[in-house]
Amino acid sequence: MADLRELYQEVVFDHYKKPRNCHRLSDANHIAEGYNPLCGDKVTVYLKVADNVIADVSFEGLGCAISTASASLMTEALKGKTLDEAEHIFQEFHEMVTCHDHVDHGDMGKLGVLAGVSEFPARVKCATLAWHTLQSAIKNRGKIVTTE
Amino acid sequence: MNLATENWQSIRETSTRRIAKWRQDFPILSTEVNGKPLVYLDNGATTQKPKTVIDAERAYYEEYNANVHRGVHTLSQRATDAYEGAREKVRKFINAPSSDEIIFVRGTTEAINLVAHAFGRSQIGRGDEIIVSTMEHHSNIVPWQMLCQETGAILRVVPINDAGEFLFDEFEKLIGPRTKLVGIVHVSNALGSVNPIKRIVDLAHSKNIPVLVDGAQAVAHLKVDVRALDCDFYAFSGHKIFAPTGTGVLYGKRAILERMPPYQGGGDMIRSVSFSKTEYNVIPYKFEAGTPNIAGGICLGVALDYVTSIGMDEIASHEHELLEYATNAIKKIPGVRLIGTAKEKGGILSFIIDGIHPHDIGTILDHQGVAIRAGHHCAMPVMERFCVAATARASFAFYNSFADIDTLIDGIHKVKEILG
Repeated sequence: MADLRELYQEVVFDHYKKPRNCHRLSDANHIAEGYNPLCGDKVTVYLKVADNVIADVSFEGLGCAISTASASLMTEALKGKTLDEAEHIFQEFHEMVTCHDHVDHGDMGKLGVLAGVSEFPARVKCATLAWHTLQSAIKNRGKIVTTE
Repeated sequence: MNLATENWQSIRETSTRRIAKWRQDFPILSTEVNGKPLVYLDNGATTQKPKTVIDAERAYYEEYNANVHRGVHTLSQRATDAYEGAREKVRKFINAPSSDEIIFVRGTTEAINLVAHAFGRSQIGRGDEIIVSTMEHHSNIVPWQMLCQETGAILRVVPINDAGEFLFDEFEKLIGPRTKLVGIVHVSNALGSVNPIKRIVDLAHSKNIPVLVDGAQAVAHLKVDVRALDCDFYAFSGHKIFAPTGTGVLYGKRAILERMPPYQGGGDMIRSVSFSKTEYNVIPYKFEAGTPNIAGGICLGVALDYVTSIGMDEIASHEHELLEYATNAIKKIPGVRLIGTAKEKGGILSFIIDGIHPHDIGTILDHQGVAIRAGHHCAMPVMERFCVAATARASFAFYNSFADIDTLIDGIHKVKEILG
């Protein structure tokens, strides 16, 4: 049986209680809203991209421990990364939270604390909401992205 | 020990004895989830099935599977008799005057869509008004919005108070010469509020306006008598009353059903077809195109037999005790807020915990074998009314015990311990 402590790790709590980069970004040039129709969670991701590099990234919104921590950790992980690097990290992250057998997330840094999500399929959408929204912001599709 | 506690102990002992036998009728209730005995408190989403229902489904497919209303052979006759027998059981269960006023559908959602299509598109036009309330499930909002979009009709919404009660005064103000239909939920799925249906019907009827009642959360929990309510339509789902999914009922008064055009076209709903003229069948078949969920319909009849053998009054009184016990217990936990505190309530406990998202509550409770719903309960306007994105909801059925409530309360303490 999956252990709750695998899901709710200290770092997750820390980012839930004190989310980083949780504010509006006034000079953002990419913005997208994300929505999880299952629980009604909404998130807005702000990006400032210059020369293909994420100069700044932030988010706003209220959600569960997993979605808030994931959004917070995402902003920390992506600041200063190129768009290609960000896309790569997203793919890795997505695989980590969806695949039971994916064991090697040594290179995921702090994001590795969310690996436990893969044992809780009902919570994968919580963990990926901010990330899907980020992708939408990068592509600047401008419409609300949902987890469905 | 105070008197109140002593009272609960004696109620609890009687109740435990009473439901022990009922619980044995449901195989799933003795299973484990995540290594813990299942405590199923998501009955508002769907109910579990008794062995008699499961056996009846199996017996149909093993012994007399055939299409209905069209075969001369023995099996078809048996299937037709059983299916039509189920229709009569439904009639009796809700005290409808005649079994041809019972239309079999896939569920409450389809029942309401049927009315929106057949009644709405034929009798509601530009500038006409349809009245619903803030506490409707999406299935009693969206079909009307679609109808309004198509016809230019207007949707009016009766507000609710902070307890989650229907504001009758506001309803009186909204109902007017342009009102063509009132659609109202009997028991709110997100709040548990029981609405004053008879009063609503009486006022609407004094102005010759028909009333549709969404009974999805009512039929399994209180005695429904459509003749006493005098409503024009009553919709409910089989799976919320211990029958299989994909079954449901629309009751409609004969006069109004006969005036309505068909819903879907196809086999069974016709009397004769030619390329120059097609004649429609009589009610209820006019609204039942295509081969129905035969086994499901038969099993709905079996499920109604089952709850009748226990007695709706018995069920309602047990669930009332559970609700009172659970409400008292949950109110004592600091930081927990109940959403939905109407005076008249069904066995639904919607709550939030300060600083903890309902999804996290749901995951941690699930870990202890407790199944609840976390989310907006397909009633987003209710969430908006109470300024929350979501709630956690425990919803009871007659097979739930006082011990189930204790496990829920222990679980909530655990949630607070982990996430508080």
